[in-house]
Amino acid sequence: MNFDFSDDQKLLRDQARKFLFDKCDRKSVRTILDDDQLHYHKELWSQISEMGWTGTAIPEEYGGLGLGMLELCVIAEELGRSLAPTPFSSSIYLFAEFIKNYGSEDQKKKFLPLIASGEKIGTFALSETNGTPKPSNVKTEYSSEKINGYKSPVSDGETADYLIIAANSDNKGNRNSLSLYIVDLHQDGVSKTSLETIDPTRPACSIKFENVKAELLGEQGMAWDMTENIFNRAAVLYSFEQVGGAQVSLDEAKKYSMERFAFGRQIGSFQALKHKMADMYVKIELARSNAYYGAWALSTDSNELPVAAAGARVSASDAFNYAAKENIQIHGGVGFTWDYDCHLFYRRSKLLSLNIGSTRQWRENLISNLEKRNIV
Amino acid sequence: MDFNDSQQEAAFRKEARDFLEVNAEKRSIISDKPNDKSPQIAVAGAPETVKGGKEAAQEALERAKVWQKKKAEAGFAAILWPKEFGGYGGSPIQQVIYSQEEHDYLVPSGYFEIGIGMLGPTMMVWGNDEDKKRYLPKMITGEEIWCQLFSEPSAGSDLAGIKMKAEKDGDEWVLNGQKVWTSGAHFADYGMIVARSDPSALKHKGLTYFYLDMKTPGIEVRPIKQISGTSNFNEVFFNDVRIPDSQRLGGEGEGWKVALTTLMNERLAVGDPPGLDFDQIFEATKELEVEDGLAIKNSEVRQKMADWYVQSRGLQYTKFRSITALSKGQTPGPELSISKLVTASKMQDVSAYALELMDSSGMVHHDQNPVLKNLFQNGYFFSAAMRIAGGTDEVLRNIIAERVLGLPQDERADKKVPFNELPSGKN
Repeated sequence: MNFDFSDDQKLLRDQARKFLFDKCDRKSVRTILDDDQLHYHKELWSQISEMGWTGTAIPEEYGGLGLGMLELCVIAEELGRSLAPTPFSSSIYLFAEFIKNYGSEDQKKKFLPLIASGEKIGTFALSETNGTPKPSNVKTEYSSEKINGYKSPVSDGETADYLIIAANSDNKGNRNSLSLYIVDLHQDGVSKTSLETIDPTRPACSIKFENVKAELLGEQGMAWDMTENIFNRAAVLYSFEQVGGAQVSLDEAKKYSMERFAFGRQIGSFQALKHKMADMYVKIELARSNAYYGAWALSTDSNELPVAAAGARVSASDAFNYAAKENIQIHGGVGFTWDYDCHLFYRRSKLLSLNIGSTRQWRENLISNLEKRNIV
Repeated sequence: MDFNDSQQEAAFRKEARDFLEVNAEKRSIISDKPNDKSPQIAVAGAPETVKGGKEAAQEALERAKVWQKKKAEAGFAAILWPKEFGGYGGSPIQQVIYSQEEHDYLVPSGYFEIGIGMLGPTMMVWGNDEDKKRYLPKMITGEEIWCQLFSEPSAGSDLAGIKMKAEKDGDEWVLNGQKVWTSGAHFADYGMIVARSDPSALKHKGLTYFYLDMKTPGIEVRPIKQISGTSNFNEVFFNDVRIPDSQRLGGEGEGWKVALTTLMNERLAVGDPPGLDFDQIFEATKELEVEDGLAIKNSEVRQKMADWYVQSRGLQYTKFRSITALSKGQTPGPELSISKLVTASKMQDVSAYALELMDSSGMVHHDQNPVLKNLFQNGYFFSAAMRIAGGTDEVLRNIIAERVLGLPQDERADKKVPFNELPSGKN
């Protein structure tokens, strides 16, 4: 059994960690947090693009590094640790994966090199209303080669050059009437409205489409199936980001609890706090192991992916949400100030657990995929 | 990343599988076999007294001994032990592979694990050659069963607080006091015991370690009836029990050090607890009906199940990470320290929830209970014990906090004071 990353992958992790430690300190995260006009860290984005991270899992023939999904998992964990304010997840976990898996040869040639180089940014949008997205509440339409409709929230929509959306291509309201389309956002008829998010370092906007040109991605009527598959793939990557963030939340809680004294003792010597941190550790180790299993399924194109991805996602959301909220609790009063970093993780943890479907939605996915697996 | 065995691992797995296929019966997810009724934990040791009284218990013990002998002859009873004592001379990864394979079979468990896993290794470190030759081979074959006499009424989580008196009288020691929670004392042939030989020394310095024959005059074993109605554990009373000094392991006052050898092996001795997990409640929800149809179709049920699934598989994959380290010849990290903490509470939650789903039939805990063979009723009681045996949830959290995370130790009042001057309660 070899249920671990290779030495090369670990080396990549160490390099990524060191790089982000230098280039993506909390000060740079806060420049995005504190300025409404900034949607991502441009300098960091061009640096990580230059190093090829954006092209990690994109084949060499399309301008990528041609490494695998495991390498992308390694990078995702480090991005999560550093709270990197970049559109990496939207552009790489989602847009690039959609094109890579479902694009025509021409589409791959056209989009992937631009995404791999970081020159252009892509994203994906499904949701139009509050609540769990389902085929019947997609109202956006495609007819006469034009898109009309509305998507919100669109993660990294402000910075994105391209967008993949689900829209109705025939009789509305059922799963098979939805298709995916690629939209160039630099055209008339696209109007964006910025939205504040619970984590401004991961921004979103709403986008209105009026007679906007678009091209079909993949097979007509297959939007839902394709989206489920890409969300499964992305869920594994998200879970690594979440594990990374959870681990740093625990590390910082621990550090503070050993520096802070109360009643003549380090507060980290009180069992109430020790046990809380032990519980964080337990959840993080479970999440890490579930994420590893997801990584294995993702990298081997296993039939296990739907179950493995959902398991990774549920476990990682639980771990990061818990670690981030209890990190504030362990810090006490300063934990809920703007100056201390606890809230950065608290924001990020909740945002990540909602971004490609809520935890309750993924729990449901998990059980329904287990049922399917049992029937097969 | 892959889950493949190396060539040698695959060969060993085949060897184990071949042996089990011929000699044991496969386990089903929800089994009605009597010895599969209550989940066991190796750390708690002995199986419950089988319902049906002494005779049935004796029969179960005999069956276990027959099985153990076969297993020993095939070499699988003590894979980590050196060949000279009847072991396989194998590696930790081979132990893991065998356990994985055995997990799928219905075999007696809970009689021999403490001896082979913890007490034998202690004797290997601290015993003399004669002792090792005399006792170790019979420990493996199951001809002689051993128990561990550590805990006392006033020394559980705080094990070094034991009060059992050991007084030297010429070439002999005289033991007086009481042990408790001794798994299998009612059928054990031998035991290992820690006692206080010098109450005026510091708490951890005044202890001495012995082994003894459980038939020595003055030893009285009384089973403890647990909330499950059955008895895995015993109280053991010592009334002027005389044992020769030659049965001392380690020096006078070195008992704590010897006990640590035993306890260090405890983690390795912990097997896979068969029985109650996600798979069982998943099966149950396909049978049980709630207000809107089958339980498995109910949204609240599905939400809860998902959380148990990720705990269950998260532990399994955590084990895979440790096995990977073993397979590369490395020492696993501390990640497995979470195992019992998660398993016990999960079992308690799963059992309680399954009883909820049964609604009023959940009340029934009758021998002929047709609903899921009492699995969850038994689990409901057993899990309460599991959260305590082999380290309480709270002690395990402390261990994770201190040894894994490096948080400060608890402040202690017992470090610099002679044992007999420490404050203590009624016991």
